[in-house]
Amino acid sequence: MSERAPLLTLNGVNTHIGPYHILQGVDLEVPRGALTMLLGRNGAGKTTTLRTIMGLWHASAGSVRFDGADITAWATPDIARAGIAYVPENMGIFADLTVRENLLLAARSGPIDAARLRWIFGLFPALEKFWLLAAGVLSGGQKQMLSIARAIIEPRKLFLIDEPTKGLAPAIIANMIAAFHELKKSSDTTILVVEQNFLFAKSLGDAVAVMDNGRVVHAGAMTALVADRDLQQRLLGLSLDRNQ
Amino acid sequence: MTTRVEQALPPRRRDLAPILLVPLVALAALPLVGSLSTWVTLTLAGLAMGMIIFIIASGLTLVFGLMDVLNFGHGAFISIGAYTAAVLAPSLSGLIRADSLALNLIALLALIALAMAVTGVLGYAFERIIIMPVYRQHLKQILVTIGGLIVAEQIIIAVFGPVLIVLPLPTAFRGSLVFGDIAIERYRLIAVVVGLVIFAAMVLILDRTRIGLLIRAGVENGEMVEALGYHIRRLFAGVFIAGSALAGLGGVMWGFYREALTPGMGMDVMVLVFIVVVIGGLGSVGGCFIGSLLVAVVANYTGFLAPKLALGSNILLMALILLWRSRGLYPVAKR
Repeated sequence: MSERAPLLTLNGVNTHIGPYHILQGVDLEVPRGALTMLLGRNGAGKTTTLRTIMGLWHASAGSVRFDGADITAWATPDIARAGIAYVPENMGIFADLTVRENLLLAARSGPIDAARLRWIFGLFPALEKFWLLAAGVLSGGQKQMLSIARAIIEPRKLFLIDEPTKGLAPAIIANMIAAFHELKKSSDTTILVVEQNFLFAKSLGDAVAVMDNGRVVHAGAMTALVADRDLQQRLLGLSLDRNQ
Repeated sequence: MTTRVEQALPPRRRDLAPILLVPLVALAALPLVGSLSTWVTLTLAGLAMGMIIFIIASGLTLVFGLMDVLNFGHGAFISIGAYTAAVLAPSLSGLIRADSLALNLIALLALIALAMAVTGVLGYAFERIIIMPVYRQHLKQILVTIGGLIVAEQIIIAVFGPVLIVLPLPTAFRGSLVFGDIAIERYRLIAVVVGLVIFAAMVLILDRTRIGLLIRAGVENGEMVEALGYHIRRLFAGVFIAGSALAGLGGVMWGFYREALTPGMGMDVMVLVFIVVVIGGLGSVGGCFIGSLLVAVVANYTGFLAPKLALGSNILLMALILLWRSRGLYPVAKR
């Protein structure tokens, strides 16, 4: 893991959604050039953390610093333009637009770079096959591939990816793991992934943070968590055994 | 960019059923009308009327689809567009009265441009002052936009009086072209051309430009558009300006079509416009185009065949369409 200053730092972040107090003082550091897994049970606040980083929900207290800048009160488009790509839990693809149009829209700086597109087609061959189809007719796995491809169509400093394996068949998850390995190898970028599937998480993660009740209750190297079954049991409970 | 698969794959399958509706309705009406010349006249008049309705409704469907704003104030921009033309027409009387198609067209285009500029600017102010505070609050949107429509109507009455104002057609637009027994009013042909130009321009912009892509994506999922780095509020303002300007254009065309303006003309046409937007599918420009033509030709045929049913024909048409396709002819994905 890198010894440089973290790319993203959350300090005491609180987020309210209507009357509900979801994040209750989140402290999190995302190291540069590493893949950090954000784990935790349902309702722990993982998705809210990503949405707060993106400015889709604003923090009511605390600060979010990205690459040296305080982005806590920034508008979502400005946060995206600062170099953060976001893949939401529901994938957020534009169903009426073709695969090509979805990617064109994500390439803000102009035409899609041909070499980058070939690299993406190498990761997700289905996208080349269905290039001109409306994204709404793709299968769930293909939509997930498209949503990730859209995030990586141009180089970004940080990728926020929310549950990329949710609802996917094991074969597709294996394909996704291979794609993430390739992504880690091929680009000097930082990735923060929210995940429930520990098998997936431990096969990819360099660092890990575990959330519970709107707080980060553990942070460290993934190898340490993988090696410590008691810690796994304490932090992630019985659901972990099923995933192993 | 183009890839080898782009050339290899077949084009996207188009949903042609709604497109066939207008010719099918027209063909079905032919034996009922009986006379070919009457049928052609009714059909062309319906298509011309449909084009004007489309020009007016296309702005509303974009605003509705992208911004989720139910803007009853749209009618105000129709009236303002028409009255702007009436105010400025005397200063172009030389061009309007000239017996030259070219000079008359220049006058019409100038009036359209000025009316669109006025309604565009007013639309921007309306969006900032009236609409912005009530985003995502549908009930309040209905109340404040109806309020805006009423205020605009009363301002027109205060300035111009409650009386009817005549807006005479330019000289070369008057009269009809006669082909055997078939008479086609010249201005209706111009309305068809203007409507087709607007439709083609909108399709080109929506299908071939990044702004168009953003609008189509924003109609589906505005939050994700923002997460990709685009300011959707700026896009909202731009679309609202365009929608208001299109209403102004429609007002000019509608005013010349009737050759008479009344303060309530915008409000009067709004029911028809909402029917078109619902029939077409909220936010769908293609659906709006077909819906406009369908509503207009059905109203014309019904008015000729069974005048007593004419008033209810559009409601019946909307009910039938929604029974067939509950979200309109071309539903947009999110709705």
